[in-house]
Amino acid sequence: MKTHSTHTGANITGNSSVQYLKVVVASLLTLLCLTLSSPLWADSAAEKVQGNFAGADYWREVSGGTEGYTTSKGREHGQLINVSGETWRQWRNRWVSPGGLMAIGGSFSVLALAYLLLGPMRLDKPRTGRKIERWNPTDRALHWFVALTFLALAFSGILIMYGKHFIPDLFGYSFWKGTIALCKLVHNYIGPIFSVGLIVMLLRWLKNNFFTKTDIIWFLQGGGLIGNKHPSAGFMNGGEKGWYWALVFIGLTVVGSGFVLDFPIFGQVRDTMQWANLIHGGTSLLLFAISLGHIYIGTVGAEGALEGMKTGYVDETWAKQHHDLWYEEVKDQLIDEPLDEKEKPKK
Amino acid sequence: MARMKFLCDSERCIECNGCVTACKNANETEWGIQRRRVVTIDDGEPNETSISVACMHCTDAPCMAVCPTDCFYQTDDGIVLHDKDLCIGCGYCLFACPFGAPQFPQEEAFGERGKMDKCTFCAGGPEEDPVRQKELYGANRIAEGKLPLCAEMCSTKALLAGDAQVVSDIFRERVVYRGHKDGAWSAVTPGEMSEEEMAVRAEAFATDASSPVIAKA
Repeated sequence: MKTHSTHTGANITGNSSVQYLKVVVASLLTLLCLTLSSPLWADSAAEKVQGNFAGADYWREVSGGTEGYTTSKGREHGQLINVSGETWRQWRNRWVSPGGLMAIGGSFSVLALAYLLLGPMRLDKPRTGRKIERWNPTDRALHWFVALTFLALAFSGILIMYGKHFIPDLFGYSFWKGTIALCKLVHNYIGPIFSVGLIVMLLRWLKNNFFTKTDIIWFLQGGGLIGNKHPSAGFMNGGEKGWYWALVFIGLTVVGSGFVLDFPIFGQVRDTMQWANLIHGGTSLLLFAISLGHIYIGTVGAEGALEGMKTGYVDETWAKQHHDLWYEEVKDQLIDEPLDEKEKPKK
Repeated sequence: MARMKFLCDSERCIECNGCVTACKNANETEWGIQRRRVVTIDDGEPNETSISVACMHCTDAPCMAVCPTDCFYQTDDGIVLHDKDLCIGCGYCLFACPFGAPQFPQEEAFGERGKMDKCTFCAGGPEEDPVRQKELYGANRIAEGKLPLCAEMCSTKALLAGDAQVVSDIFRERVVYRGHKDGAWSAVTPGEMSEEEMAVRAEAFATDASSPVIAKA
């Protein structure tokens, strides 16, 4: 009630003063608006002009790989520039690719020189005809399983890396089309099978492959190359253990990086794939280069070595020469030649 | 010889996605494959900028350089195309491409990705039979003397497609009329240049692009 009376009273008594107040408030507001808003307007106008045009800073951001908004559902489609793509290309094409060729070529040359200059390692003494079992059927099955899948992967991988530079020119388009498609299938499907075999084999042979003092002496004598005496060795010599650990470290890196590349089902981004590819290419080419040494010694490089993996049995002379400490342990298990007849169907 | 290029004028692009739709319609790509996309940087900010992007048909194309099958080739017009019969779906082109252009219909275990698909500049692909060509690679508008549909249908003419010389002439002219003194590398100060001055600069830029010195570079 009180308010009402005051209001009506003021209305009656000071009509002109209210109008005056209204004008003052309105003009003040206008002034306020003008002073406040004019710089604001000016700012947003300037911003509009500057911002609307994508200047140098914007392009720096874009070429730095900034992500934006897009309606495309493709992975990483919000990113305008894939910055690492060109780096990956350069690393792959300028380093890994020629580097792998050099490693394989280098390995080949060293082995060819060794064969020509030193010749294969012959048995020092004639065979006694008595045999010792060195690799049981499980060991051999594992070895050849890993070896064959390894070779399939090596050749398909080498064709994936280098094939395009010579196969189409030599054998034509249709041959190349079939070959490269097969290589990819072989590589992607045999890869995981090889990995399982490799891991089982490495676990099975782990106990024989810890380095000992004997191996240091073996290495110091270059496995028999330095000095006249053949260095001592247990079941596995230093070189074999070296190959084993190369398979552990390099081989498992190849397997791990290959898994990343082979199973793009975990949402791997391009960056991950680039790294995986460089690691996979580099380490697998290195491993292949090293494997040539193993293949050389196992076949033409050392007389009697292949027998062990083929028949499971090695000759007494071979065992004494290459693995004297192991020979001492197992010489009571020697079998006479006639038993060799039983091995023959296996060959 | 013409060298075909795309150019997206970021100042004109309004993120209408008309190019994306036009592309999809012209090429009838597989479900899930979107050859062209519009990316908006700083979406919702005052300096929001949109760009339409697809295969940019690089002169020194990284996809070509890394492809293990060598399935890519460049046409006489500089358009980068690929042979889907030869493609093994290894994904290398995608790892190398600066623009995320190559796409694959699948992404399954054992690297099963299917055949790579990307923008062909509406130039089809290496397939004689026109029906099969359309199925595999989409439209071949270039053979009909037409430019890519995305650029043709761009409502603001932000997306330009055609010979690099012509495209860059158009862009340079625009840039000058907007008031950039140094190509496109600075912000605009409105009213700094008179219209006459702009016209002179635009003229100079346009002739620049067709000058033998720049054409070589």
